[in-house]
Amino acid sequence: MFINNDVTRATAMQERHVVQPNDAGHPIILSTEGLHVFYGKKEALFEGDLQFGSNQITALIGPSGSGKSTYLRSLNRMNDRIATVTGKIMYRGVDINQPAIDVYEMRRRVGMVFQRPNPFAKSIYDNIAFALRLRGTTDKHELDEIVETSLKQAALWDQVKDDLNKSALALSGGQAQRLCIARAIAVKPDILLLDEPASALDPVSTSQLEDTLLDLKQHYTIIIVTHNMQQAARISEYTAFFNQGRVLEYDTTSQIFTNPQVQVTSDYVSGNFG
Amino acid sequence: MDSKKQNKIAIGTLYGIAGLVVLILLALLGYILASGLPQLSWHFLTAPAKAFLKGGGVGVQLFNSFYLLILAMAISFPIALGAAIYLYEYARDNWITTTIRTAIEILSSLPSVVVGLFGFLFFVVKLRLGFSILSGAFALTFFNLPLLTRSIEDSLRTIDLEQREGGLALGLSRWETITRVILPAAVPSILTGVILSAGRVFGEAAALIYTAGQSAPALNFADWNPFNISSPLNPMRPAETLAVHIWKINSEGIMPDAKAISSGSSAVLIIAILLFNFAARYVGKRLYKRLTSA
Repeated sequence: MFINNDVTRATAMQERHVVQPNDAGHPIILSTEGLHVFYGKKEALFEGDLQFGSNQITALIGPSGSGKSTYLRSLNRMNDRIATVTGKIMYRGVDINQPAIDVYEMRRRVGMVFQRPNPFAKSIYDNIAFALRLRGTTDKHELDEIVETSLKQAALWDQVKDDLNKSALALSGGQAQRLCIARAIAVKPDILLLDEPASALDPVSTSQLEDTLLDLKQHYTIIIVTHNMQQAARISEYTAFFNQGRVLEYDTTSQIFTNPQVQVTSDYVSGNFG
Repeated sequence: MDSKKQNKIAIGTLYGIAGLVVLILLALLGYILASGLPQLSWHFLTAPAKAFLKGGGVGVQLFNSFYLLILAMAISFPIALGAAIYLYEYARDNWITTTIRTAIEILSSLPSVVVGLFGFLFFVVKLRLGFSILSGAFALTFFNLPLLTRSIEDSLRTIDLEQREGGLALGLSRWETITRVILPAAVPSILTGVILSAGRVFGEAAALIYTAGQSAPALNFADWNPFNISSPLNPMRPAETLAVHIWKINSEGIMPDAKAISSGSSAVLIIAILLFNFAARYVGKRLYKRLTSA
């Protein structure tokens, strides 16, 4: 009886299961079609057709080397010069993966926060303000205001408001990562890409960061690569499971974690490998 | 032998070697300063040299050394900076950059006397610059360029890749990232490289003997028009530097106090390099603070 049951369950499992987000209330802001990434001759990403709804958090999970970071870094063309990316990346109806696109302008719309906090060797204030100054915002009041709002949104303002002119390199890891988030949102992006932003942080900083991300969702579309499945479960609406360069499963986060349709996903989320 | 004992022996040996090096350096420095410092006086530092009589100074040579240093640095630093930025930030690893790197490596191990003879044939003779400060500065540029390029490239390498990605992710161009993020952070390290190479340039003799010449015509320090032949700023005049002066006195000096002048000059050379080091380090720290508000 039980054996039979298991067999039927196994046959019911699929090779691949992708449910694109329902765009009711959350219009699709970014999607990829037929994306392939090559490092030299080696293909690192075979396919990743995903759509992302605005003002939602999507988690990209999967074992090391599964292509999730490669996929994320392709979205704002951080892989230019490193890898060859073919296929379409549609952002608000425009394919941003073509040579004619002004990547610098595009990256201001699609910001990114990295695994290791990387504050610049500048003051806290200048870390946020200098990119704005370069783009012509020179009014002191306006800059002050943007710095304040960005730091508040990143939940760092109260801790640093008296030290804005001190070096950002003196901040703790968690604070530095928040500064990087503040810096990224100061240029007013639509989308925020985060590449394992909490992997270098302690548990307290991690949970603060997650709270911050949940707040930021109101203003930004967030795509986050994470190794931490609890993190994905806690903060994301949708989850994509990557394995060996393929998106094997994409669905709502609750589906992925409670009722995965692909055997590998099921093994991964239940901690059997990865 | 247990590992604790091994460790002790290793540490002892390393301490011994390090101590030996320090001892040799201190002995050298002490000898130069002990024999040179008594010769120093305001007169010695400012008076022109005398060829046959007692009591000459090194004023002109000292000025020449600094002038040549500044000129050589003014020419080689921008080139080295540009080359280093290209090699590290822009160039991909292919046969062209491999060739450039190999060339730089070979050039950096070129004996300075060869650089001097090349400078003589090319700048002095072929380009008809004569024995002049300009010929000397060009020769020193050739001598300095490979090492300076290497050291600036190494400075850029010490800045994390994440800093560059951080800049790019904010929508900065590569050039903006380099000039606004990478270079300010690399200033102290670049400066250290510049100081080290400045010390080498300041003490260099062989490359200058055949290019800047071995004579130090009297200068009129009231005349700052670079087109006048007796003006200190005239780049077309022959200019014996302090290091060349030391070499020359020791090989063919016929003044009665040759030994004293040589000792004094050596002390001046060492002190000047020391002062230069401290000053540059101070400036570097201040500059880094201003650029990074650290």
